[in-house]
Amino acid sequence: MTNAVRRVWPLVALTLLLTMIVAIASFAPDVLQRRTTQGLVNLVAVVGLYVFVGNSGVLSFGNVAFMAVGAYVSALLTMKAAAKSVFLPDLPSFIAALEWPTLPAALAGGIAAALLAFLVGLPLMRLSGISASIATFAVLVITYAVLGNWTSVTGGQNSLMGLPIYVGVWTGLGWAIAAIVVAFVYQESRSALLLRASREDETAAEASGVNVVRHRLIAFTISGFISGIAGVLLAHFLGTVRVETFYLDLTFLIVAMLVIGGMGSLTGAVLGAVVIAALTELLRQAEIGLTLGATTIAAPAGTGDAILALIMLLIIIFRPKGIAGGKEIGWPFGRSTP
Amino acid sequence: MIDRIIQTLVDALSVGGLYALTALGIGLIFGVMRLINFAHGELIMVTGYALLAAFALPLPLVLLFGFLAAIVLALVTERVAFRPLRNANPATLLISSFAVSFLLQKTLILFVDSRPKGIDFLPALGRQIEVVGVRLQILQLVIIAVSVVLLAALTWFLRATAVGLQMRAAAEDFRMARVLGVRANRVIAIAFALSGILAATVSCLVVAQTGIVQPRMGAQLVIIAFVGTVIGGLGSLTGAALGGFLVGAATILLQALLPPDLRVFREAFVFVAVTLVILFRPQGLIPARGLRERV
Repeated sequence: MTNAVRRVWPLVALTLLLTMIVAIASFAPDVLQRRTTQGLVNLVAVVGLYVFVGNSGVLSFGNVAFMAVGAYVSALLTMKAAAKSVFLPDLPSFIAALEWPTLPAALAGGIAAALLAFLVGLPLMRLSGISASIATFAVLVITYAVLGNWTSVTGGQNSLMGLPIYVGVWTGLGWAIAAIVVAFVYQESRSALLLRASREDETAAEASGVNVVRHRLIAFTISGFISGIAGVLLAHFLGTVRVETFYLDLTFLIVAMLVIGGMGSLTGAVLGAVVIAALTELLRQAEIGLTLGATTIAAPAGTGDAILALIMLLIIIFRPKGIAGGKEIGWPFGRSTP
Repeated sequence: MIDRIIQTLVDALSVGGLYALTALGIGLIFGVMRLINFAHGELIMVTGYALLAAFALPLPLVLLFGFLAAIVLALVTERVAFRPLRNANPATLLISSFAVSFLLQKTLILFVDSRPKGIDFLPALGRQIEVVGVRLQILQLVIIAVSVVLLAALTWFLRATAVGLQMRAAAEDFRMARVLGVRANRVIAIAFALSGILAATVSCLVVAQTGIVQPRMGAQLVIIAFVGTVIGGLGSLTGAALGGFLVGAATILLQALLPPDLRVFREAFVFVAVTLVILFRPQGLIPARGLRERV
């Protein structure tokens, strides 16, 4: 009995942590609630990236492309027909007429992203190490170029506006917990265990009969799905979609969160997102300024980005496994009995 | 017709040359310490801003200032960020250079804002001359010439000098080279200084061509060049130069050859081609020796 509880403890602990944060934030002013929501959306994206990177050990720069696909699919499915005729006059008529409810559209966005991940993963998952990272980066660039220029369907460089805005703190929390559950259930599976074996030593794993390509592909597809959902959430949090949103800056932010938290564990992914969200908020306050009597001391705009990069560098040099050190949250009540 | 072909060829050669120089700077560092240096773009950027800052001085001083800025920054990043990680795996090194790159870029934006700044650098090179009936920009010819000269000089340095020999030895088997008495810190520092020189050269040429200095000027070049290094064969310097050249030239040729409504997708085409090369030749076009991990 206790062993079963111990096993799911990281999941329970992370869920409790997030619920607590959101419960406190729901009493906060609107601005802070928005920031919390934004943080939860980022968290879903980091968990999506973690599912592949954490278990396979291969760094992916391509997950933001899956976010973009999720965002655009959900946007096209949920926008009002009238809005679509304004922003996308050349849209094929069978898409233009669709007005789906938000939940099926979100799932469709996730599935479309998972499908893309599966298809590009078929050839790419045969690669290892740096070549694999570059190939996923190529996926990002290609997706960016196609979405940014496929004017009749995506509006090209223009924004799509008028998306239903339904992502608030509680919706964000729901999806964040769902993403963590999926990631946790996956990482407890046999496939993920075999994949982690290949992360530790690819040659030894292959020699023991592990089909590395296949397990990487499974992880990449699940990772694509969660990233796609993160893109959907971002779109319906902002209410607009712009291709520029889904490129290098977001990639850096998501990768930085995962590295800082520690890419070896789900706890690391979640902690990275939470810590960076909190820190960004503090720095934002510092940029607004602290009023002491008649003088205002304010950090120059952009300090936040520079400090984020600095922290990431310090973490890599002094604590390469991140805040969580590659471990999950441990059971707090005594040691395990064999 | 014939003049359009020559014009396109000159375009392809000059752009390919710029990317080859950039890729070479990245390939050099990868060779000696298995680091893919994203921060190479910031070396290009810092030269641009140094040129801007020193613009009022006489030209030789401006150039000196620009080159010194890149070399010093290259050495400082090596000492502060990369030396502590010398034994880390390539993925960690990659992430750390990613962080260094963003740190430098964002710090620069803190001090000077992110808007592009105009600079009329070497205006004499912007003029056009007529060569066998075709009008060509002097600058493009200069870029091609500089690329060829630098490639030749670097080849000479690596083949004919003692330091060059040590550097090639280190690139092939770093531990063995150290055992045989190659001084690791010195070789790596020289490699970084060389990459600074390459970056500064590229920066001067790009600034003269575009007349603009902006925080992201290096990052754009490096992303393309970096991909060139990979398809050329990571760890092989000839491969890096070739890969960078091919990617740059391909971009220009696609621009000229694609039908107009597909032209906007040319980056997508380039990267599809890159992906295919990686898939069919994961070791690159010219595979490096000594890179295969032994079990």
